[in-house]
Amino acid sequence: MNELNVVPDAASEKKAVLELAVRNHPGVMTHVCGLFARRAFNVEGILCMPVGDGAESRIWLLVHDDARLAQMTLQVEKLEDVLNVRRHGADHAVFERLEAFFH
Amino acid sequence: MEMTGAQLLVRLLEAQGVDTIAGIPGGAALPLYDALASAGTIRHVLARHEQGAGFIAQGMARASGKPGVCLASSGPGATNLVTAIADAKLDSIPLVCITGQVPLSMIGTDAFQEVDTYGLSIPVTKHNYLVRRAEDLPQVVSDAFRIAQSGRPGPVWVDIPKDVQTQRVAAPTVSACVPDQTPEVREEAVLGAAEMINRAERPVLYLGGGVIASGASHLATTLAEQAGLPTTMTLMALGAMPVDHPLSIGMLGMHGARYTNYVLQEADLLICVGARFDDRAIGKAAQFCPEAKIIHIDIDASEIDKIKTAHIGIQGDVTAVLERLLPHVQVQLRKKWLSRVNSLRSSHPLQMPGLDDPRSHYGLVSAVAACLDDEAIITTDVGQHQMWVAQAYPFRRPRQWLTSGGLGTMGFGLPAAIGAALAEPGRKVVCFSGDGSLQMNIQEMATAADEGVDVKIILMNNQSLGLVHQQQDMFYGKRIFAADYKRPTDFIRIAQGFGLDAVDLDRSAHPRASLAEALASKGPTLIHCSIDVNQKVFPMVPPGAANIEMIGG
Repeated sequence: MNELNVVPDAASEKKAVLELAVRNHPGVMTHVCGLFARRAFNVEGILCMPVGDGAESRIWLLVHDDARLAQMTLQVEKLEDVLNVRRHGADHAVFERLEAFFH
Repeated sequence: MEMTGAQLLVRLLEAQGVDTIAGIPGGAALPLYDALASAGTIRHVLARHEQGAGFIAQGMARASGKPGVCLASSGPGATNLVTAIADAKLDSIPLVCITGQVPLSMIGTDAFQEVDTYGLSIPVTKHNYLVRRAEDLPQVVSDAFRIAQSGRPGPVWVDIPKDVQTQRVAAPTVSACVPDQTPEVREEAVLGAAEMINRAERPVLYLGGGVIASGASHLATTLAEQAGLPTTMTLMALGAMPVDHPLSIGMLGMHGARYTNYVLQEADLLICVGARFDDRAIGKAAQFCPEAKIIHIDIDASEIDKIKTAHIGIQGDVTAVLERLLPHVQVQLRKKWLSRVNSLRSSHPLQMPGLDDPRSHYGLVSAVAACLDDEAIITTDVGQHQMWVAQAYPFRRPRQWLTSGGLGTMGFGLPAAIGAALAEPGRKVVCFSGDGSLQMNIQEMATAADEGVDVKIILMNNQSLGLVHQQQDMFYGKRIFAADYKRPTDFIRIAQGFGLDAVDLDRSAHPRASLAEALASKGPTLIHCSIDVNQKVFPMVPPGAANIEMIGG
């Protein structure tokens, strides 16, 4: 099979951070997480909070930056409740600052 | 004026132009059914199994291009729909599926006939809704129809709790939805594609179901004629170009003709229009069209570069892109390449043994075609018969051919044929089926009889799951296991029991005449013919192999 199916060493793996603007209602998280899960694409970290008046939420995802990420991003963009997707490097502060809560 | 959520839903469906829906009632959907009965404006077709209702809705959608609608109750009603909805997702068929749900206050309590319909439907739909307030219905229904038809079409599921159906709301003004605008086509990509086509020496046009969905068959044929492009079609695109068009090289892939796959092997440019490089079409991806650059036109951006990297990818509606592309494509006769294609065609044509015998597999397909004109609609189930029909039937127009491509669902054919007949009552609808497939939704014979639809079932009976039998014979050391049925089933009596006419070609002294007579009559009929279980679909690319590694044919 091709190299994409080989599970890489998580620690050495390059990562990326995705920032999603989504409509805020029950079910959005399932749509997003299910999309990754059924493609066997691991999500390392996830954060979600409502923004503004609560009509929208922002979801932050920490994911592996492998060859499938471009396809995953396109699939996420197709979700009806996802308004836009921005990609950041793994050094984005959002997960780094959070690390204090996990030690 | 006040009305209930259920009454509002009926008004909203009317506003979307829905005149027929297929479904089965049940406790959690009863307010909806009561509202349908009171309004009397929408024809309800009572299926015998919710999967049948889903495929009837699909048949309506595939034949007409407009969203089909199906309706069911909660719990098992919803789970029974899942297969038909998943099938619509994989073949990009516009569908709106409406289910009743237990009352809001009981959701999550394991109430009677409660299932997590919202959760179940996520992976098999384009989008889904759980409606929490009757006042949300106008927006939800409008969005559901808009999403089902816009961009790449697909199924949308709307789950409505029983108390939302009975909740009283003020009647709003309702109107039909407007589909989303199609994406802007990038001019430089179009110009680049035209230049590649103009410069290519051995180009091939590769059409997929997107051409049918976009209503672009004539534009695709014009492109082929203008640029001198040999044209192959996927299973989903059959009919996009008439199969007897001089530029048609037929269906590609696992059961395509040898010459078709050989032509693709030699191509230096592949123009993929509304297709998605499915594994049954392209075989081993790395070895497909090894010498070809690729132009990929698709309305779904996530299809471009998904399986094969495109040298030029153009996101857009196929019609819009081809309209922009055509003025830049030079007229070419391409004598050298087309003569090479014709030479491959004559040295490696599709072999169809027994074509003259109406009681053999290819012969029966051909005999049926001889009785019909291009106005007829052909549906199939899934298996050997499906591939024989795809190979041998002369498809000449879009939406003439309705088949389960992506999901490959046995049981599709009969209910889809009923739906097609409901949507296009002026057309004769013929469902080719096998004994394995037919038994997966055989109860819909009763629905066909109820509705009196002009549906003819051609049952190719080999008392076996033929394609499983074939693969065990070819690839599993001839160990035929769980493929052959132990005893023959009397399908004639079953059909008659459901109220269909039935003709057995096995017992006919003049099978051609019996067939013609049965096809010419009005109303649902079963036409039975035994087929040798050892007949195979050839050529065959072994699963996982490259397309040029064909066996047989």
